[in-house]
Amino acid sequence: MAQLICRDVVLGYEGKAVVQHLNFEVNQGDYLCIVGENGSGKSTLIKALLQLKKPMAGEILSGDGLEADGIGYLPQQTIVQRDFPASVQEIVRSGCLGRFGWRPFYGKAEKAVAEENMEKLGITHLAKRCYRELSGGQQQRVLLARALCATKYMLLLDEPVAGLDPVAIQEMYDLLERLNQEEKITIIMVSHDIRAALTYASHILHISEEPLFFGTKEDYLKSEIGRSYLSVTGGKRHA
Amino acid sequence: MLEMLMMYFQYPFVRYAMLVGVLIALSSSLLGVSLVLKRFSFIGDGLSHVAFGAMAIATVLDVASDTMVVLPITILSAILLLHTGQNAKLKGDAVIAMISVGALALGYLFLNLFSKSANLTGDVCSTLFGSTAILTLSLLDVWLCVVMSILVLLIFTFFYHRIFAVTFDETFAKATGMKVNRYNLLIAIVTASVIVLAMKLVGSLLISALIIFPALSSMRLFKSFYGVILSSAVCSVFCAFFGILLSILASTPVGATIVCMNILVFALCSLLGACLKRG
Ligand SMILES: Nc1ncnc2c1ncn2[C@@H]1O[C@H](COP(=O)(O)OP(=O)(O)O)[C@@H](O)[C@H]1O
Ligand SMILES: [Mg+2]
Repeated sequence: MAQLICRDVVLGYEGKAVVQHLNFEVNQGDYLCIVGENGSGKSTLIKALLQLKKPMAGEILSGDGLEADGIGYLPQQTIVQRDFPASVQEIVRSGCLGRFGWRPFYGKAEKAVAEENMEKLGITHLAKRCYRELSGGQQQRVLLARALCATKYMLLLDEPVAGLDPVAIQEMYDLLERLNQEEKITIIMVSHDIRAALTYASHILHISEEPLFFGTKEDYLKSEIGRSYLSVTGGKRHA
Repeated sequence: MLEMLMMYFQYPFVRYAMLVGVLIALSSSLLGVSLVLKRFSFIGDGLSHVAFGAMAIATVLDVASDTMVVLPITILSAILLLHTGQNAKLKGDAVIAMISVGALALGYLFLNLFSKSANLTGDVCSTLFGSTAILTLSLLDVWLCVVMSILVLLIFTFFYHRIFAVTFDETFAKATGMKVNRYNLLIAIVTASVIVLAMKLVGSLLISALIIFPALSSMRLFKSFYGVILSSAVCSVFCAFFGILLSILASTPVGATIVCMNILVFALCSLLGACLKRG
């Protein structure tokens, strides 16, 4: 069974649909890129997959052990965080809270998971540093480590490279590729960067008011919509 | 001077005042960090005005314990304010301004129309700015305050990590399955309770200072949540302790003196923070 299945899902705000007829499924180990214009409902879809937002119609099913451990989420960065006093360690550990039960403090297991994920992302040496004093790329790694603490199976990322410099962008993509290939973590990523999407993704979901395309990357390259989207935006890289 | 202090501390009401003052300062500083970081400090401000209105009603009704009237009204308003704050359709800050100014006006009007007290201006002034009331606390007040403070401390310790998560990134916390709204509600209710308690100490106009200043001072110096929480607890207790001492020695108003101590500490922390950044 697939990890996530969307059946005829309609999403919108206050009774007005933003995107409808969403039909797709995600299997373990997939690397799905969601592309589309600004305001086409990509972030809205992410929120629906996280169950932060109810679909207006249709259903979103999860399976394959996904319920048990939840989804790791890397949000589009919010402004409030920028002057927040918080150390890297505090933030990464907070990813464990979801499956914490009613205990007030972290146990050995949670601390070990946090440690392991910081190690994996190469930020162990930053553990005591203040989040707001890190570079953009380092900050994204911290949030990614936190997301990994919340899941073993699936990561949802909303424009994870927006605002990063080219080196940090490449590092981020490499990291995600490694997590996807070595740890078999399913990745669902919203991206403006169609070039990168076509390099790393296994599947593409292109949305507008209607989903324009869902399928493998190879099919997308051959499709009408894929080729026209590429010719409009594909020439240059969107940071 | 030391002898004079010793003499004062022989009176139980002075010791009570000190105990209550320090406990209130401690509770409000812990909460303050979350409120400031969540950009909720305006709720504290709005609530303190509501508490004034409620206090006026309690005075007029002439009930046995003011707190029994003021506490429920303030908690209800806290829940209401939190709700409008999250509602995108209503302008949250405008609603809060409306409620808080409305409560002030209504409270003052009530007092003017119905109060039997001979010294109306004195009553109003002491509700707004705190009073010598802290030196005339009944044993019931002291106990109430001690119990409430311990409760706040326990809640804060128990939910510390969750409060951090909800404060730092509400959306992520929600996504990992935390019941974020419940924690917001908890924070609002505890805030209301602390404000009602603190009204005795510094009066309803100055409460915000107790909530905001320690957190802001600490944020100048410390970079981790834990550090900021600890430091603002220490700052706040320090300011309350020496503020009360000073007000006894110099017979200045208690509330205003404590707030001035807080301003002083904030200035020092800002200076130190700036030096550390450059050095
Ligand atoms: N909280 C909201 N209330 C009402 N409309 C919203 C809200 N958030 C987003 N929208 C609308 O939904 C549409 C899709 O938004 P979004 O999912 O953020 O787009 P994307 O991430 O693809 O740029 C936009 O037209 C936006 O105006
Ligand atoms: Mg978006």
